[in-house]
Amino acid sequence: MKNFFIVFLILMIVWVLLNNTFQPDILLVGAVIAFFASAFLCKRCELFADMNFTPKGIIYTIIFLGVFMIDLIKSNLDVTRRVLNPALPIKPGIVEVKTKLKSKFARMLLANSITLTPGTLTVDVKDDSFFIHWIDVKDEDVKVASKEIVEKFEKYLEVIYG
Amino acid sequence: MELLGAIVTLMGSLVLLVASIGLLRMPDVYNRLQVGTKATTLGTILTLFGLLILMPGWWGKLILLIFFVMMTNPVSSHVLARASYFIKIPFTDRTVVDKLKVSSKAQKIEYEEK
Amino acid sequence: MVDTILTVAVAIILLSIGLTMIRFVKGKTSVDRVIAFDVMSIASIALIGILAYVTQRIIYLDVAIVYGLLGFLAVIIIAKYLEKSL
Repeated sequence: MKNFFIVFLILMIVWVLLNNTFQPDILLVGAVIAFFASAFLCKRCELFADMNFTPKGIIYTIIFLGVFMIDLIKSNLDVTRRVLNPALPIKPGIVEVKTKLKSKFARMLLANSITLTPGTLTVDVKDDSFFIHWIDVKDEDVKVASKEIVEKFEKYLEVIYG
Repeated sequence: MELLGAIVTLMGSLVLLVASIGLLRMPDVYNRLQVGTKATTLGTILTLFGLLILMPGWWGKLILLIFFVMMTNPVSSHVLARASYFIKIPFTDRTVVDKLKVSSKAQKIEYEEK
Repeated sequence: MVDTILTVAVAIILLSIGLTMIRFVKGKTSVDRVIAFDVMSIASIALIGILAYVTQRIIYLDVAIVYGLLGFLAVIIIAKYLEKSL
């Protein structure tokens, strides 16, 4: 039931953004389509089930978005510095990091965030380990790499997805 | 106000230019993917954000596009990195460590023992 | 003033698409070409956005959304095909 409401809400938000109006007839058409789509096509959408809709969770979501945007800009400055340097200062390698997150959606968000932060790219996921291509390997050890790459996002995602 | 929007758009296009230069300069597939993903994501977000400042009435579709680019771009780069690892595209000579190879070898031995 | 800056921005995006085209032709591996295609399609989204502002037509943004969707699906399907899991 919770899944149904979340999918319905997301479809409605996309509908309103696409139409860019709040006229009642358009909203009604959108509500009917979103109801049928989420009732018949989404029987097993368990992706959003373990999200915490508490005030704390919502505040942490906003903080997470802020941290993420700052890191995106930082990573671009880093990439620009590396690309425009004539000597091409790279030292690539694939390292392994561990995560404590259990929920699937939280893991997807973590992998996406890792891809967009300075010099890292998720290559593969096996059970608890993420394999990450790091453009400038500082340490090959699992614990040090985990602390360097994963921890800053994990502490927010742990609160949001319990 | 309009000038600010135009300048943000210009910055976005410069970031896209950095992406294409990086694509030409980097030595192997994985480093090209790194530059390609990050620089194009910020470049597109900045360009569309500049248009949002120029044209505030279009907020709905522009915000939808920004979220769409932010969610799909890392996914496609991850899928490409995985595919190029599994069809064994070679690394550049400057690569220092490959933990994934060690791990999959260990897993294979475990499997054969069973 | 705004028009001049936007013209320069369009010129820079076209230049970057041209530079990406060099990688697309040179390639070496198929994945290189797919990456070049991905970067080109995302740069085209930005270009279509600017075009929508210049011609003052919001309908072009729908074109950009659909174009992004198709580019994303194409990359996923080509990657699946290369992995031989399709």
